[in-house]
Amino acid sequence: MKRWWMWIVAGLVPLHALALTGEEVMKKSQAAFLYPGKDFKARVVMKLINKDGQERVRELTMLRKNAGEPGGDQKYFMYFFQPADVKDMTFMIHKYPARDDDRWLFIPAINMVKRIAAQDKRSSFVGSDFTYEDVSGRDIEDDKHVIEREEKVGNRDCYVVKSTPKGTDADFGYKMTWVDKANFLPLKEEQYDKRGNRYKLFTADEVADIKGFPTVIKRTMRNLQTGHRTEVAYTKTDYDLGIEDSLFSERFLRQPPRKWVD
Amino acid sequence: MHARPSAVCFFALAALAPVGAQADLSLSGFLQQNSAFNTVAANPDGRRYKWLEERAQLKLDATGGAWRLLAKGDLAYDHLGRKDQSELREGYVDYTAGNWDLRAGRQVITWGLGDLVFVNDVFPKDHEALFAGRPLEYLKRGVDAVKLGAYPEFASFELVVAPNFRESRIPDARRFWLYDPMPTVTNRETIKPGQGDVGLRAYRGIAGYDAALYLYSGFQRTPSMRPDNMTAPTRISFFYPKLSVYGASLSGRAGEGVLSLEAAYYDSRQDRSGSDFTVPNSQTRLLVGYQIQPAEDLSLGVQYYAEYMHDYSAYRAALPAGFPVEKRLSHTITLRATQLIKHQTLRLSLYASYNASNGDHFVNPELRYSFTDRVWGAVGANFFGGKPWGQFGQLSRDDNIYLQLRYEI
Repeated sequence: MKRWWMWIVAGLVPLHALALTGEEVMKKSQAAFLYPGKDFKARVVMKLINKDGQERVRELTMLRKNAGEPGGDQKYFMYFFQPADVKDMTFMIHKYPARDDDRWLFIPAINMVKRIAAQDKRSSFVGSDFTYEDVSGRDIEDDKHVIEREEKVGNRDCYVVKSTPKGTDADFGYKMTWVDKANFLPLKEEQYDKRGNRYKLFTADEVADIKGFPTVIKRTMRNLQTGHRTEVAYTKTDYDLGIEDSLFSERFLRQPPRKWVD
Repeated sequence: MHARPSAVCFFALAALAPVGAQADLSLSGFLQQNSAFNTVAANPDGRRYKWLEERAQLKLDATGGAWRLLAKGDLAYDHLGRKDQSELREGYVDYTAGNWDLRAGRQVITWGLGDLVFVNDVFPKDHEALFAGRPLEYLKRGVDAVKLGAYPEFASFELVVAPNFRESRIPDARRFWLYDPMPTVTNRETIKPGQGDVGLRAYRGIAGYDAALYLYSGFQRTPSMRPDNMTAPTRISFFYPKLSVYGASLSGRAGEGVLSLEAAYYDSRQDRSGSDFTVPNSQTRLLVGYQIQPAEDLSLGVQYYAEYMHDYSAYRAALPAGFPVEKRLSHTITLRATQLIKHQTLRLSLYASYNASNGDHFVNPELRYSFTDRVWGAVGANFFGGKPWGQFGQLSRDDNIYLQLRYEI
């Protein structure tokens, strides 16, 4: 009853002091977009579409497991169904926030597991318009994040965050991300080159609630300079399946268990 | 066309496959055209093609519970007169338990880290396939073996037991110009070991590196030749000398790239003293590899490979006059560059190997394009050079340009 004065004090604090910083928004966004659940599974269909409308399909099962809190280490396991010449290929990434990933590829044609160099996180993932960073995230600390404004995307209220690389090694100038204020999913992202021209556009085309986690189940990345785009759809999406740590090993790269890759 | 019995069984099995009711079953395969054209000289048999064949592969993959059956069979038609190109490429049954598993049947096994350089990969290869411009998967031959995997907490183990020895395939003397120190002796026989071989690999991660130990007890996969008489030979026997290999490998991140280290001791059990010149001397093999990705979709790999002969003076003392002399230490450098373009549908690659000790070299440029998700083609070339008795030098008249075209079903 005697705490009435606290309400007055709270009322006097300017609203913006309680608001999130750009970095906090991006951290929450990373947690919502790339870290939900203890683990995650989806069948991913990627359509690579060129400016003439010709399509190529990449289909895989993606499994992810977090080592701890959002922002921490993660392990990814991917099994390819399509195209036919990479069927049964598997790919594993051990992702560490502050240093380069470890990556392994299993080549079924010669039954060989090979470690592969991975310093270039900005390379294309399986030839699509998504980079490895677009798929598994970019370190928050690599960029400076500032909330530029607030804006609606469709009927969703969003923070618009400008992220500028701190170093000079990045191949882009900056990016703008529209982060949903309610669930912190990125609904739109624009990447600008070093001359300030917009060249890539990400859109979250469909969001579904899966086991209580809002999940982007359809997304598109457009290359605005080449007219090429990649549309991605997740099916059989699920969380907290109890994926064992042992899955992320050479044994299962060579013999991926059916129960996880279907 | 005479298909081997194993291939016939396979296709019969594939036809009956739907009977296996509850199993999760998939059928796939491809149709392929593969040709290689000589650019320097005709083959010893006078033909202008190193390779000219059509091939169909059918792959059956069935899983039910802890069991899996995989069968991969090829039917092939060779325009150059071989009747035995159809084969069961792989055919095995897997059983997977909690911390162990078993694979029994014909299977491809690859050990070690080398890129076309083999230190601990003691399993059979098809060297002819590589030199005749066939797709990469034909570089390896399956072994008929039982493989037991065990995965306790502290390390993983793979034990391979093959009841029968299977040799590597070396280039055919009718298609390739091979060095022959006794060309006038035409009475020749090949004696295969009457027993099998066994290998063990143990591996685990150590401080972010992948470490492995390898043990092998068996035979050389490529034959040695022994004349019945050195001064007036009338008959040559080809045989596979007894061999044990003890090796290790380590790979992991170093600087911007991936470092691979591999070493092995080749214990030539058939001739431990090194005084029989027909049997390879005991050797140490060493490989250092480094791979980086300097730009998007570009990868570069460089390898240094050395072979050291342990009983060199005995080898020199026993070597008859007129036979080519190998160096005690042989150094080889290899380079691979691969560039992917057009959303990774076009791949340009170059592999080059140069032996600094004897000048032996091999260069393989290739362009591969996926026309659609189902159709891909490759055009490439194999260039060889060096001393007339060197591994690649003897093939200097066998340079060829090859084409591969595949439709995936």
